[in-house]
Amino acid sequence: MEKIKVEICCGTACYLLGAAKLMNIEEELPENLKDKVDIQARTCLGLCERDHLGGAPYVKFNDTEIMGNASVEKVLARLNQLVEGAEQS
Amino acid sequence: MINGATYIRRELLIRLVRAFDDGVLREEIDQIPIRLRPKDSDASRCCIYHDRAVLKYRLMALLGISAEEETDEAKTLSEYLDEIIGGEPREISEDSEFERKTAPLSVCAPACSGCPDARVVSTSNCRGCFARPCVYSCPKNAITVTNGRSQIDSSKCVKCGKCISACPYNAIVKTTVPCEEACPVGAIRKNERGVAEIDFSKCIFCGKCFMSCPFGAVMERSQIVSVLSAMKRGEKLVAMVAPAADRQFPGTVEQLLAACAKAGFSDVIEVALGAEKTTEHETAEFLERMEQDSKTFMTTSCCPAYVNLVGKHLPELIDKVSLTPSPMVYTHEMVREADPGAKTVFIGPCVAKRSEARRKGIDFVLSFEELGAILAGRKIDVLACEPHPIERPAAATARNFARSCGVTEAVLAEATAKLPGFQLAAKQINGIDRKTCAMLKLYASGKLPANFLEVMACPGGCVNGPCSLS
Repeated sequence: MEKIKVEICCGTACYLLGAAKLMNIEEELPENLKDKVDIQARTCLGLCERDHLGGAPYVKFNDTEIMGNASVEKVLARLNQLVEGAEQS
Repeated sequence: MINGATYIRRELLIRLVRAFDDGVLREEIDQIPIRLRPKDSDASRCCIYHDRAVLKYRLMALLGISAEEETDEAKTLSEYLDEIIGGEPREISEDSEFERKTAPLSVCAPACSGCPDARVVSTSNCRGCFARPCVYSCPKNAITVTNGRSQIDSSKCVKCGKCISACPYNAIVKTTVPCEEACPVGAIRKNERGVAEIDFSKCIFCGKCFMSCPFGAVMERSQIVSVLSAMKRGEKLVAMVAPAADRQFPGTVEQLLAACAKAGFSDVIEVALGAEKTTEHETAEFLERMEQDSKTFMTTSCCPAYVNLVGKHLPELIDKVSLTPSPMVYTHEMVREADPGAKTVFIGPCVAKRSEARRKGIDFVLSFEELGAILAGRKIDVLACEPHPIERPAAATARNFARSCGVTEAVLAEATAKLPGFQLAAKQINGIDRKTCAMLKLYASGKLPANFLEVMACPGGCVNGPCSLS
C-alpha cells in the first residue's frame, strides 16, 4: 500500500493560527499509522488566501484533499479513515 | 497556547495587513465584522450582532483606539483610520488623564461578560452524604445540609477552600473572576455596572488580565497601522528584535532578522546587543553599590512591569532598582547614533514595554503577534529566509536575557571576569503575582538574604510574555 502523504502548512499565517501544535504530530502517531503515513512540513501552501483565512491551519492529504481548522485529533481521525478505506478496497 | 481569543486577534491582524497592502483597507475595514459574522452564521456570543459590535472594538484596538476613549459611537472605523494614517501624531495633553489615555491596555465593556463575583458554591454533584466532611472541615460554620444537599452561606464563607478539598465527590467549586484573580496588584475590578475596569493609577501593564480573560475583553492598543503607514511613506524604520524572539518562530534568530528586512524594515538589529551594554553597566553599578555598602542589595531594571510595580506600589524599593537603562533603550541609542533620522520599532513579547517605550522615546512597539501578522500578510516564511548577514552575533549570555536567571548569569559572568572569585548572592523573582509582591516587600525590609535580585514579571522570563507566540 502506498503511504498517505500528509502536508502540514507551516506558512506564517498557519503557524500563527495554530499549526505550531501540528508540527509534532509525527511523535503522536499511533502504532497502526506509523509506517503508513508520510508527514511533511511545508512552507505556505497558499490555501489561506483562497479561503480568506477562515480555516487556517491547513493540512493537505495526498495532494488533493484539503482540511481546514486542522488539529492533531482531526488529522489522526481522518488518517484512520483513509487507512481503513485503503485496507478494505 | 492558542485559544479562541488569540485566534480572532491574530486573524484580524492578518486581514488588516493584507487589506492594507492591497490598498483596500479604507473601503473594507467597516465590512470586516459583517464578513466575519454573516447572517445565519454561528454566533460566539448571544447573537451575531453582539459579535459584530465586539469585532468593531477589536479593530479599533488594532488601530490604537481604546473602547474607553470612544466619544461618538457612530464614528466609523474608516474615519478612525483616516486619523491614524493622516500621519499627525495625536496630541495628548499631560493632564491627570494622561496615564489612561496612553495606557497600552484597555477593557472593552461590550466584550466583558461581567463574571459573577468569586464565591464557593455547592453543585448538584453533592450527594448529601452521611459523613459530611464539608461541614466538619469548615472553620466558619458556613455549611448546612438541607433537603439532602449542602448549602454554603456566603455571608459566613471566607473562601478558604477547605470544603473543596474535603469533598470526595468534587461537588464544591470556587467560581472566579479571571481578570481579578490574575491581577497581582488589584488594579482591575468590576465597576458599579458589573463591567471590569482598570484603575490606571495601580496598573503595571504586566498583561496578566489580557492573557487570562476568557472573553478577550482586555485589549492591547496596537501601533501596527502606524508602522505600516510609516513604511509605506518610505520612512526609515529599524526593527529592534528582542532576545525573547528566539524560538518564537520556526527558524533561527538570523533567519527572523532576514524576514524582518524582507518585510520592509530598512535595517534590523538584535536587542541582545543592547543587553550586552546593560550587562556591562549593570555589573559596574552593582559592584560600585557593593563597595559603598556591602550590606545593601540591588534589583534588575530591565522588566518594565517590575519598574512600574515599584513606582506605583513599592516605593520602599525605589533606590534599590538599578539605574542602568534596559537593553531596548541601549539598542535605540545605538540605532540613533548610527543614523539620527531612523525611527525605531521594538519587537517583543511584552505589554509593559509599550509604556516604557513611550517614556524613553522609542518610536513604535510591535508584538511578536503583530510582526507575525506582517510576515503572514506579506507571505514571508521565516524558515524559507536565508540568514541575515550580521556583523557579529550577540553574546550567548545576552541572547539569554529573556529567560529567568538569564540576567543573573550574565551579570555573574561579567563580575567574575572583573573580580575573579567574586561571590554573587543572587535570588530571582520568577513571575510577579500577589505572593511574590509580598516577598518583594520582605526583600525591601532586608528580611531575605540576597545582594542581587533579578525580577521578571512573567514566569520563566520574557519568553513567556503576554504577546509571545509559543
